[in-house]
Amino acid sequence: MSDILSIKDRTAIVGIGETKFAKHLEPSEKELACIAIKSALDDAGIHPSEVNALSSYTMESTEEVEIARNLGMGNITFFSQIHYGGGAGCGCVLHVAMAVATGQADVGVAWRSRKRGSGARPWATVGARLHDNWKYTRPYGLVRPVDEISLLTRRYMHEYGATREHLCNVAMAVRKHANNNPNAIMYERTLSRDEYMSARWISEPLCLFDNCLETDGALACVIVRADRAKDTLQKPVYLHAASQGFGPQHQTMTNYHCEDPLLGPSWATSARLWSLSDIKPADIKVAQLYDAFSPLIPLSLEGYGFCERGEGAAFTENGAIEIGGRLPVNTSGGGMSEAYVHGFNLINEGVRQMRGTSTNQVTGADSCLVTSGEGVPTGALILRT
Amino acid sequence: MAGDEKMVQDWPLPDTVEDEDAPFWQHANAGELAIQACARCSRLRHPARPMCPFCQSREREWRVMSGHGRIWSLTIPHPPLLPAFMPYAPYNVIVVELDEDPTIRLVGNLVTGPDGRIDELDPHEIMIGEPVHTVFTRMADDCSLVRWVRDGS
Ligand SMILES: [Zn+2]
Repeated sequence: MSDILSIKDRTAIVGIGETKFAKHLEPSEKELACIAIKSALDDAGIHPSEVNALSSYTMESTEEVEIARNLGMGNITFFSQIHYGGGAGCGCVLHVAMAVATGQADVGVAWRSRKRGSGARPWATVGARLHDNWKYTRPYGLVRPVDEISLLTRRYMHEYGATREHLCNVAMAVRKHANNNPNAIMYERTLSRDEYMSARWISEPLCLFDNCLETDGALACVIVRADRAKDTLQKPVYLHAASQGFGPQHQTMTNYHCEDPLLGPSWATSARLWSLSDIKPADIKVAQLYDAFSPLIPLSLEGYGFCERGEGAAFTENGAIEIGGRLPVNTSGGGMSEAYVHGFNLINEGVRQMRGTSTNQVTGADSCLVTSGEGVPTGALILRT
Repeated sequence: MAGDEKMVQDWPLPDTVEDEDAPFWQHANAGELAIQACARCSRLRHPARPMCPFCQSREREWRVMSGHGRIWSLTIPHPPLLPAFMPYAPYNVIVVELDEDPTIRLVGNLVTGPDGRIDELDPHEIMIGEPVHTVFTRMADDCSLVRWVRDGS
């Protein structure tokens, strides 16, 4: 491996920015993107004209050229888009980090802007006839992402004895964190076990509180080489390791056709991630795990090696994923209680934890795992101080 | 449900004439469950695709299955849903693993017969592992959906 070019610790996130989060915001997705990116650059103390690498999601509505000509960027020398919705976020950071580390660019920006709160639900659009894999699921009433994940959840419960109590642990943990984060949509809304257990069903065994929020908002972060990072305004947060991943025979969201559907994309991502990392799961004191749905947390705890297969649900017991527990998870409230912006808020919260500025700061946390969507081709980052 | 034309009109249905998997729908319309197989290494694959992921052969054929399998998982959707499904909620959606190869799994519904409603059976009595077999619900001239009934029913 000695002659392989590694990006380990060679880049750092030096700026983060975000808009307000709300069910409805007035500005367009384009304008929200500009606000978040400008805010991230201001945070770093870097002028937009210095940016020359851009990455976002293929689902992003604002193209790179629009970002560049709104913010007044100069020559852009690297741009990429990552596929698979909420699976993209960490991949965007990885792509600009690789571009910056290898000299293809000097200042990279990754961002996501989305009016999911104001807009139509993506699954609610019906064409004349179905194509691709949807032919084999939607005619049977398996229509929404929550239905697709619910099928995996029921099987997971069946195989490993996980219960709704465990899913409730997840929902309550992230809600508690949001209750201490003034920027979180659920800042003032507590959640009790009784409220969870009596909530309306969405797709049994998943209830309302197993689902993420529907949010308008945008976020961005700025990445430079480690030597440059020392001269920026904030304490640099180094990108120690990163990977994207999905496994054999994977089918996005409806991953029922591979050998073992409960070994989701986190397993493929995790294997490469930890092999590139000097930091190991036992060293990690805080994690931001993609939580479009509560069962993705136990699945991710297993996939990323914090426990054995089948033990992810039990891992959530006794406050282990809350502040003060073994591994506080989604310390800003995550997608279920802070904001659902395709997981980009998990990246910014990871950066705050490494800066020591989270409203739910984990004492002694010097590294943080951030993941993108489980259930779709995904990515993950290990950030460190 | 097949008799309710408004419902069928709004129902999301597959394109049944695309090259790669048209035989699946032709067989379904003839009351058979057929799955694509590799003509070289013989492994089944679903959904259909032009190359075998196990041996990279492009030689492929369709094999009629016994139509028997077991329930691998299920979910019970509640509103909000597409308009077509709203009158039936809560209903069941199941995944069935085939007897011929348990890694070949199909999404469907558990019903009482070809024209049974998807909300007819109590969804809370459906168990993972239950043995089931195919029935075919005609939704349009070119399209029948593959659904499932309990063995012995
Ligand atoms: Zn083959």
